[in-house]
Amino acid sequence: MSTTSPSVRNDRSTPVGQQRPRGPHLKNGQPRPHPAMQVVKGVAVALICAVIVMPFVGIVATSVAPPAQVSAAGGFVFWPEGIDLTAYRSILSGGVVTRSIQVSLFVTLVGTALALTTTALLAYALSRPSMPFRGFALGLVLLTLLFHPGMIPMYLAVKDFGLLDTVWAMIVPSMISGFNVIVMRAFFMNVPGELTDAARIDGAGELQIFTRIMLPLSKAILAVIGLFYAVAYWNSFFSALLYLKDSSLWPLQLVLRTYVVNNTALASAELNVDVVPPQASIQMAVLVVALVPILVVYPFLQKHFAKGVLTGAVKG
Amino acid sequence: MTATPTARREQAAPPVARTDAPATERPAAQRRRARRSWVLLAFALPGMAVVLAFHYYPLLGNVIAWKDYLPFIGVWESEWVGWDNFAVIWEGDPRFLNALKNTLVITAVQTVVVFPLPIVLALLLNSLLSERVKRVVQSITYLPHFLSWVIVVALFQTILGATGSISSWLRAQGLEGLDIIGNADVFIALITSQVMWKDTGWAAILFLAALSQIDTELYEASAVDGASRWRQLWHVTLPGMRSIVILLFILQLGSSLTVGFEQIILQQGMVGLRASEVLDTFVYNQGIVAGRWGEATAVGLVKGVIGVALVLTANKVAHMFGEAGVYQR
Repeated sequence: MSTTSPSVRNDRSTPVGQQRPRGPHLKNGQPRPHPAMQVVKGVAVALICAVIVMPFVGIVATSVAPPAQVSAAGGFVFWPEGIDLTAYRSILSGGVVTRSIQVSLFVTLVGTALALTTTALLAYALSRPSMPFRGFALGLVLLTLLFHPGMIPMYLAVKDFGLLDTVWAMIVPSMISGFNVIVMRAFFMNVPGELTDAARIDGAGELQIFTRIMLPLSKAILAVIGLFYAVAYWNSFFSALLYLKDSSLWPLQLVLRTYVVNNTALASAELNVDVVPPQASIQMAVLVVALVPILVVYPFLQKHFAKGVLTGAVKG
Repeated sequence: MTATPTARREQAAPPVARTDAPATERPAAQRRRARRSWVLLAFALPGMAVVLAFHYYPLLGNVIAWKDYLPFIGVWESEWVGWDNFAVIWEGDPRFLNALKNTLVITAVQTVVVFPLPIVLALLLNSLLSERVKRVVQSITYLPHFLSWVIVVALFQTILGATGSISSWLRAQGLEGLDIIGNADVFIALITSQVMWKDTGWAAILFLAALSQIDTELYEASAVDGASRWRQLWHVTLPGMRSIVILLFILQLGSSLTVGFEQIILQQGMVGLRASEVLDTFVYNQGIVAGRWGEATAVGLVKGVIGVALVLTANKVAHMFGEAGVYQR
């Protein structure tokens, strides 16, 4: 190709002038695709989206559809013929699902607050040159990215610290993600030194510099990392399975496993309604409740995460 | 991972610190500096305590790989048994060999089938003409990544289960229902399709980023030379993605011994251990569930050590290919 290019370029560029060829070419210099190809791609993209979106439509539709329709359809509908919220009323009126939602909310809210606070404080300390033992502490954090202690040693550690069968077993062990510390530290290090130097000359202590300068400048990264922690806490299932025997402490994900994945029927005593809705409706309602928080924060996550992932992957 | 930017900053930093603390500093200034250091240490304390307690302290627990651990008498009182617990590995206990075999088969299938998919999706999205369509499709395909495995497995059962929506529809047409969920023969295909559904869009982000870095002048120049879209794909686009593809592929090989633990443990009851036991679930089932603590810990420890070795080797190989790698030297 390279041997023919000079002559081709001359032939083309003389009539068109200095401008790049127009018409059949796109702005990025690619030739316009063949119309048939565009149709094929359109269909492919539509199929991909349908495969992802349809299950969501189905579970929401089934959870609100009238019981008669759900039973007649064999347990799953894609379009409700009416709205019947009995399934939601039955799971939200006390009983095991309600309790698990409370546990999950507690773990997510308290866990995220604690994790974000400790991560930000640690990342800030590790970003200051005057921090004693900084290199050593940073090395310890970096090494955690390379290995995992293993399931049974983790279990023994959680037991040794007396966290077994407490709600804290779901919160404390995952409070620091080395990756998040590194990303946040990189962000703090990019805050111009002039700002902190000026504050220091004015007599501000580290606490004031942290709360008055660093935190207000880092709202975006705090939001992203907070959301990542929150999603991880809300979704966490195995820590509860491993560390909790007491089913009154089960989070929603574990309840979801028992009553939806393993298909155990909820005892009707747990459902404070007169007419128990079909099991499929109840299962789908539990699923929707587990999904809603993720769907609510997704637009915020989506706005920021691509950048976060790239920062993490490209320069760590 | 941050080595390059970090190193540069650390070199620049000491002079600043030194002006902060000249040799002939007055006592008051010295006290202020010391107080700053104490405050910073206090900042780091809770985080470092969690790191030490839940990343380093547990490493000590691996000692039970050489013990006959009995929970009621505790780690330190339990009897030493030398290398007996490792016998499951080198004497080839059938349960262990089954777990090893399943792990390697699943890794191989997922490397071949799952790995190329995000590249194809990224190329497809990149070739769309409308920016808006591209953005909407991207948002939809990322979404499943943020769902928990419990939800994904529940969704698959709802759609593909014996009483699920497709089966009900087929039966209504007088046909046989599906036999996918709980069928050990198609278990690997099932979990592979779940991984594809959940993470293809997410994995495509990195490839899309690489595509956006390609110089558009290359496309313009090749178009002037009369290259078709297919030739541009071959000569401009794919070479532009080469380094990220090699890097991610090598990293994928580095994590060969780890396959979706939560995903598999959720579905193990339906298909049995023969088809679904992998190394991580072996550790859980033999250790936590069956109480063979020593053996399970030994297997977990060997797996962990080999895993770290694989990641480090993979990183070395990436350097050999002239790529950046994940850890800088």
